[in-house]
Order: sequence, then C-alpha cells, then structure tokens
Amino acid sequence: MTAAPLLSVRDLTVEFHTDAGWLRAIERVSFELMPQEALGIVGESGSGKSVTALSLLRLHAGSTTRMPSGEIRYDGLDLLTLPARTLRRIRGGEIAMIFQDPMSSLNPVLTIADQISETLMLHQGLDRAAARRQAIASLDRVRIADAARRVDAYPHQLSGGMRQRVMIAIAIACRPRVLIADEPTTALDVTIQAQILDLLRELQGELGMSVILISHDLGVIAEFAQRVLVMYAGRVVEQGPARALYRRPMHPYTSGLLAAIPPLDADVRRLPTIPGNIPDPSQRIDGCRFSPRCAEVQAACRATPPDLVSVGVDHLARCPPRLARLEEAR
Amino acid sequence: MKLRVLRRLVLRLGQAVPILLVVAVVTFFLMHLLPGDPAAIIAGPEAGAEAIEKIRHQLGLDRSLPEQLALWLFHLAQGDFGRSIVLNQSVLEALSERLPVTVSLTVVSFAITIPLGIVAGVLAARFRNTWLDSAVMFLALVGVSIPGFWVAILSVILFSVTLGWLPASGYAPLADGVRPWLLSLLQPAAMLALFQIGFLARMARSATLDVLDQDYIRTARAKGVSEWRTIAKHAFRNTLIPVVTATGIILSLLMGGSVVIEQVFALPGVGRLIVQAILTRDYPLVQGTLLVLAFMFVGINLLVDVIYTWVDPRVRYG
Repeated sequence: MTAAPLLSVRDLTVEFHTDAGWLRAIERVSFELMPQEALGIVGESGSGKSVTALSLLRLHAGSTTRMPSGEIRYDGLDLLTLPARTLRRIRGGEIAMIFQDPMSSLNPVLTIADQISETLMLHQGLDRAAARRQAIASLDRVRIADAARRVDAYPHQLSGGMRQRVMIAIAIACRPRVLIADEPTTALDVTIQAQILDLLRELQGELGMSVILISHDLGVIAEFAQRVLVMYAGRVVEQGPARALYRRPMHPYTSGLLAAIPPLDADVRRLPTIPGNIPDPSQRIDGCRFSPRCAEVQAACRATPPDLVSVGVDHLARCPPRLARLEEAR
Repeated sequence: MKLRVLRRLVLRLGQAVPILLVVAVVTFFLMHLLPGDPAAIIAGPEAGAEAIEKIRHQLGLDRSLPEQLALWLFHLAQGDFGRSIVLNQSVLEALSERLPVTVSLTVVSFAITIPLGIVAGVLAARFRNTWLDSAVMFLALVGVSIPGFWVAILSVILFSVTLGWLPASGYAPLADGVRPWLLSLLQPAAMLALFQIGFLARMARSATLDVLDQDYIRTARAKGVSEWRTIAKHAFRNTLIPVVTATGIILSLLMGGSVVIEQVFALPGVGRLIVQAILTRDYPLVQGTLLVLAFMFVGINLLVDVIYTWVDPRVRYG
C-alpha cells in the first residue's frame, strides 16, 4: 500500500437536525480508499455506515444536515466544499452508488433505457442513439440476458435481482473509478445475494474500480473486502486488513460480529448474539460507547472514551484493554 | 395491444349503461317526489281544477308513476328525450343550445386551473418551508375559502364597471370569433377556477413532496442529475399519478360549479337551464339534462382511466 489513496476521508462528522436538536450521526470518521481496492464497512443498523456512504456524494438533505468537521479528498478536490455543479460531474461519472432496495431505487415511470442513458448523456455527452447502444452494452456487462429487449422494460417488469443488476448497470455505465454499494444484497434472497456479490467482484476486476461495500453482514464483507472498517454508534471502532481482523479481532464488537456468522461446517442451534441494542444518538454515554454491551468491560472503559490506536500493521482499534493484553502476550 | 385497449374501452362504455339506468330511475322518482305540479304552473294561478286536470292529461301526468317511468324509458331507449313542458322545445334542442356554453366555460376554466395549480404546487414543494411556499399555500387557502360568487361580484365591479375591460354578463358564441368568446368567459371561468386552483395546488404540493422523498429521487441525484431536471423528469411524472385523479374530480366539479356562476354572469348554460327547469317542475327537461350530465361524468372518468395508462406504465388496460 504505497500508492496514493484515491479517496481519503478525514475526521468526517455528520449531524442531523431532529426535534431534539442536532444529533451526531457519525463522529470523526477517517479512512482511505486505495485504487482498485475493495473496502468493507460493517456494523449494525444505526452504526452510521450508510450515513458515511451518503456523505461521500453529499446526498443528505441539505437543510437538515450539517458537517461540523471533515474533509473528503478525491482527485485533489474536497468533495464537501465543492460547488454543486462540479460535484454533479463526479456523481455518477466518477463515483457511482447503488442502494439497498432495488424495488424503490429505480424510477417506476421510466424505462431501463431512459434510466441508464441519462447518465451517459449527462457525463459523456452521447446522443440518444449512442447512449441507448451503450445502455444495452452496460446491461450485457451485468449479465442480463436478452439486453436489447430488456432495455425497453419498466422496472416493475423485472425481478428483484434483475433490478439490482439494472442499478449496477446504471452505476457502471460511465466506468466510474469508485463504486459505493450500500447494502446491495440486503433486500434480495440468499441465492441472488451470492450472484450479485460475484457480479460486483467480477466487475471490479474488469473495470478496475475501487469498491466500498457496506453491509451489516460480516460474512458478506469477509468474502468481498480486502480491508474492513467496523463502525459502532457513529464511530470507527476497528479497521484493518480483512485477514488480520478475522484472525485476531482487536475490538470486542468485531469479535461479537464474527461470532454471529453462522458456521458452515457445524450444526449450531443458537448463534451467539451481542446483548442489547445500539444506543440512540441522543443517548449520552461516558467513556467507550460500546461499554454498556461489552462482556470485557473494565472500570476505565466507562470513564474515558478510548482513542483509535495502532494495534498492528495497518490495523487500528479502539479498545485499550485488548491492546494491553496483546502487549502482555508479546 | 391497441386492439385490447379499444375493446376494454368499449367494455367500459357498456358498463355505463346500468349506471345511467340507475341515474334515470333515481332522478325520475326524485323529481316526481317534489311537491308541485307542472300542470298547475302552466295553467297559471287563476286556473280551475278542471283546466289543470286537462293539462295533466295532455302531459300524461294522470297515469300511474310506474307507467310514466316505463313510457319515458321506452322513449329514451329510442333516443327520444321527450319535449320540455315549459319551453316550446324538445329536451335535446334545449340542451344543444345550452351545452356549448357550459362546456366552453368548463374548458376555459380547466385551462386556467391546471397549469396554475400544478406549477404553484410544484414550486411550493421545491421551495418547501421558504417564503414562496408559505405565499402559495396562503393564496391556495384564500382561494379555497372565499365564496366564488362574492369574488365574482367584486371582480365585475372592478373589471367590468370601473375598468370596462371585460363584459359584465352574457355569452358570445364561439362562432362570433374567438376573442369575444374568450372575453365573455374569462371572468366567470376565472372565478370558477379560483377554488380549484387552490385545491389542485395543495394536492400537487403534497404529491411532489411525497415523490421527492422517494429512493429513486436519491438515485437520480447520485447519478449527477441537476435539481431542476430531477424535478422535471424524475419527480413530475410520478407526481402526475395522484394529480390526474384530482383533475378528473376538478373537471366534474367545474361542471357542477357552473350552476352558480352562470346565474351570476347571466350565461345561458346548462346550469341556468336546470335551475329553471327544477323551479317549473319541467320533468322531462330536468331528467334529460341530468342524464346527459351523468353521461359526461362517466366519460370524464373513462378519460382519466385512459390517461392513467399513459402516465403510469404499471397500469395497463386489459
């Protein structure tokens, strides 16, 4: 990892306006995305992973969102302060995004051809006919059979898996350098999930994209990502190479997520779960935000919020007791 | 495909027959339940019982009600709407004179309502929670709340009496030229539209807000589509789905609303015709007019259904 990062996020904090005032959804999130890298972001619902993803393209509603700190560097630009017009050139052209629910993410009254062509006409200046040809090529690329006919279909005429393929076709139409996939398989059934993940992996190779895959399922991330970011309650609690994370998780939350992956080779009656729920952003917790649910909690954990510190090569974690134990063992 | 749509349309028109039959029977009984006797009205206050009885016999009013109903329906089935009791005309003649006035009024009013209502609503949604939004919603509230006939009187005082720009009353047929026709209708049509614009603007605003919250709008933004294009291309057609329903209702309400406004502006339309016919207990005329209006409402609903298939690809005929 000596190359310069393609995308680098520094100290990103996002707050939403609610009836209870400004609530902090994510706090000082930092990470880097290398060219052609597959990065996974994992965490439970409410951990801030989708908020992070949407912030990258500034897709939050402007009037109820603010970002008191942070910087998102891409290609020498700061995406957070970019004028809207320049940002629109990057959206869909260089950084594309697919979403969780392909049922509702496609416009029901426009044909597939319309929805794919639009990006191509916008970013590559193609005319209608050329854009249509490219749209068909893009459908071919996401392995949709009979693309020339399907291109004239409306979203409701396609199955869920097919619609997610169409979403991917829209996203990759302009050959973006970064693809953000926000829970792309969550709304699909299991067999289709595997197909979509395979497709994403293949496309990443074919197009040389970097991919940010967001999932609550560490199993999905494990299959896909080289590097993983574990988020909890709006903060990064651990990040590092996927391999290191699985072999030696340095945060109890990561351990909990790992334990919750159903093993393929053993018959388990009951999967271990992490007790409790993710705290509401309005809830005040002193010290480590995971401490109320942590099985390894110590008195110090409840007193001071731990920092994200290096625990290995390219490996950071936010759990002093585990680090202390690691150092003892050495 | 086209053939299937056509077949479906014919089928739907066929379904109108029982509806119209029900309307015919109900209006017949409602009219005949009203106290009052057309024969007595024709004969005048001085007439004796014998004279009235003679007229009743001439009009067939001395027969039993079921007999009268059967006879009327029998003639209707042959396309004969009968003769007006009071006017020296057949019902169809009377209607063919008045209907163009009401249809003109409705069309002009509709043409004012639709663009203004939709544009106001979409703008209010786009600039939600700004002064523009508040202004549009305030005007919409005023439009819905103020009685049309009162504004009509004020408007006549200003535009007809003081400024002399528009005629205060009366109707110039389209045959006399577009300009006088439009001028004679502008004021009543605008008054009629006032309420509907308010209704439509609120409707279009909430529909647009609803659509702007949808995931596919986020998708459009993520594709790099500009804010205005997102609204015009991605949101608007989805907004139209509920709005089309509203426009069907508006068209019907406009025809209904013309009853009052035709009185205020002395327009010789169906509204005035039917009010007079009811007052004089002109049974065939009231029944015939209501039947034609009911048929037009059925037609409007059918039209709305057809427009749906064009606006929303998920709705298919057949």
